[in-house]
Amino acid sequence: MTDRSTIKQMTWGEGGLAAVMAAFAVFALLIAANAHTQAYAFHAFVFSASAVAAVFAIINRYYDRPAELPAQFIDGKPNYNMGPVKFATIASMFWGIAGFTVGLVIALQLAFPVLNFDLPWTSFGRLRPLHTSAVIFAFGGNVLLATSFYVVQRTSRARLAGDLAPWFVILGYNLFIVIAGTGYLLGVTQGKEYAEPEWYADLWLTVVWVVYLLVFLLTLAKRTEPHIYVANWFYLAFIVTIAVLHLVNNAAIPVSIYSPKSYIVWSGLQDAMVQWWYGHNAVGFFLTAGFLAIMYYFIPKRAERPVYSYRLSIIHFWALIFMYIWAGPHHLHFTALPDWAQTLGMTFSIMLWMPSWGGMINGLMTLSGAWDKLRTDPVLRMLVVSVAFYGMSTFEGPLMSIKAVNSLSHYTDWTIGHVHSGALGWVGYVSFGAIYCLVPWLWNKRELFSMRLVNWHFWLSTIGIVFYICAMWVAGIMQGLMWRAYTALGFLEYSFVETTEALHPMYIIRALGGALFVAGAVIMAYNLYRTIYDGEPAKAAIEPNPALASGH
Amino acid sequence: MSDTHTASGGKTSVWTKHQVFEKNSIFLLIGILVMISIGGLVEIVPLFYLKSTIEKVEGVRPLTPLELAGRNIYVREGCYNCHSQMIRPLRDEVERYGHYSLAAESMYDHPFQWGSKRTGPDIARVGGKYSDDWHRDHLRNPRSVVPASIMPGYPWLETTALDTAHIDMDMRVLAIEGVPYTKDMIEAAVSDVKTQGSAEDSLTAPFLKRYPKAITRELGGVQGRLTEADALIAYLQQLGTQVDFKLYDDKANIR
Repeated sequence: MTDRSTIKQMTWGEGGLAAVMAAFAVFALLIAANAHTQAYAFHAFVFSASAVAAVFAIINRYYDRPAELPAQFIDGKPNYNMGPVKFATIASMFWGIAGFTVGLVIALQLAFPVLNFDLPWTSFGRLRPLHTSAVIFAFGGNVLLATSFYVVQRTSRARLAGDLAPWFVILGYNLFIVIAGTGYLLGVTQGKEYAEPEWYADLWLTVVWVVYLLVFLLTLAKRTEPHIYVANWFYLAFIVTIAVLHLVNNAAIPVSIYSPKSYIVWSGLQDAMVQWWYGHNAVGFFLTAGFLAIMYYFIPKRAERPVYSYRLSIIHFWALIFMYIWAGPHHLHFTALPDWAQTLGMTFSIMLWMPSWGGMINGLMTLSGAWDKLRTDPVLRMLVVSVAFYGMSTFEGPLMSIKAVNSLSHYTDWTIGHVHSGALGWVGYVSFGAIYCLVPWLWNKRELFSMRLVNWHFWLSTIGIVFYICAMWVAGIMQGLMWRAYTALGFLEYSFVETTEALHPMYIIRALGGALFVAGAVIMAYNLYRTIYDGEPAKAAIEPNPALASGH
Repeated sequence: MSDTHTASGGKTSVWTKHQVFEKNSIFLLIGILVMISIGGLVEIVPLFYLKSTIEKVEGVRPLTPLELAGRNIYVREGCYNCHSQMIRPLRDEVERYGHYSLAAESMYDHPFQWGSKRTGPDIARVGGKYSDDWHRDHLRNPRSVVPASIMPGYPWLETTALDTAHIDMDMRVLAIEGVPYTKDMIEAAVSDVKTQGSAEDSLTAPFLKRYPKAITRELGGVQGRLTEADALIAYLQQLGTQVDFKLYDDKANIR
């Protein structure tokens, strides 16, 4: 007991966070007592209960842990912190299946409106934001958290910065998801697409996101590799830009601290511009930059080949982040937004084709000399097909941003099809591929439980995606043409509801495609479950070749 | 890993210089911030000061408290997921829905509700096209008036009493954000809700002074209380009706 370092003491982080959480629990209870609506009182209780749970968890951990905090290095090797990564990996699978299933439900609602059940919390208007947020922010967000925390540690050869901070980020983010999702069902929304959570959820996310940025940056600062690996540039761009977008787009004044309702400070046209600057860059930075980071780490790892061109990745990175930010106005063609802004948006959207395909080429050509693996490794096939889908939807996007095309496609299901070729094909597959890689690495297993099941997943969901996007192309183009069809006498040929009726078969095919995609994801979850519980342990602790991970 | 590209890139090639971003996370962070700021600033900031951005028109007024409460229900139920409020200046749209939408018509909308998808028709000018009763039937069961409709039914709206206890606080916030709600309007908010939903003439004169051309009428309600359906219908019935397009001069506002 004379050696001071062995005296067990609560760290400032533990004590401070426990105290803050305790105070927050009481504060949230006060809010709950005075809340204007029941939904808000419920959310305040959830916050309060979570804060109490956090206090207990911190104290519990303190009693269970040894006197010394985990070492940064063990025997000269970094002592990676993979607990938070494991949690986010499982959470992503859970939210993925939940989000895909809600998507299937709302697809069926459009084909069979009786499935809305005439109840508030099952009606399309509330479930659609639940679907979009669950797949983008809950599924995609947890994939990004898991992979970014994994990749930044491996490629920096350093343990994650912070002791409690990584857990705060992961658990805090998932609490945000719960608040946002239950809020939609209860009718708490600020009515901005892909930014529906109300002010208090937004504030909470801001705190979590700042800690995320700090953990990421401080881990980079601790790195024992001279270079910051290219995947980390994309992760950093994603984290920073999402922070900026989130803050500006959600600038709002709450009606009262006791009210869930707030009013966005922007109005009308300016709000539209801010919203689609946010909305398109949620695509550009959340769903593209973040997942390109995954591409730049997991494809080289899985193919055991270095990234095709280091210089191309430099150009890809700067050109992509510079141009993406301009593309928002293509969501507002022919609206009341001034023409100059629309034209700028269109111009940059078309130019964006180039960096997008530069990235695609960099990803695909990484397989040079390893193409044969596509036949034998369904995980790599999933990763590579994801890049192919990326190429397809980043070609379709610029096409649809052309005003003449947009005049037909806008407001129709073509947009929905386009989004899903990116979301299911690109984001979905690159995530699945990364998770299939991660699970054996994290749980120290020799390989996945079953490659045959990966194959089943791949083919079921590929057929599902093809059904989905083809149905939406047909539906969108048909509806666009029907809206503008004239009779020989110069009258509009179809009433609106006639176009709705014509879509019915397409909506059924789309739902079938969605069902196949959900089925594939369920197979994946089973495969991962068996890998974790029954998988054969890897012979030695996996220490991937760092030259491959950080090389070029 | 530095050797490969310094060797091939010459002494001070751009690739060598780029290492400053590869080796310093703060420079990388600043580089990212600069790159992402430019586009956003160029596209967004001028919209706040270029005078031609929003047309000058007569007649656009802030929503009455009842209409505002209705709009909040519109937002709450996620109507924007399927209905746009933005008519594009294309021949078929103008013939189907009416005059193309002006920026001025949504200048007091926090947030905007232009929408991005027409699973149902555009409703920027739905005001006055159908009767209150039609809307009531349609909200309860859309297929009772449009057999092929795929819209969800909203039967709970006409059985849920409207909560406007805090509507004046809502208006106060909107006033801070630039909606021209006066002190008078905010103070009268709760009573204005009742006034607009009833046909009592004695109260309507000052109300109409505050909100010119707003429609007051006996809305159904349940046991003397207005319902959420009443508020939503009041909101829908004013959509697109504030600007008189017989008087509006398109050419004066060409941008």
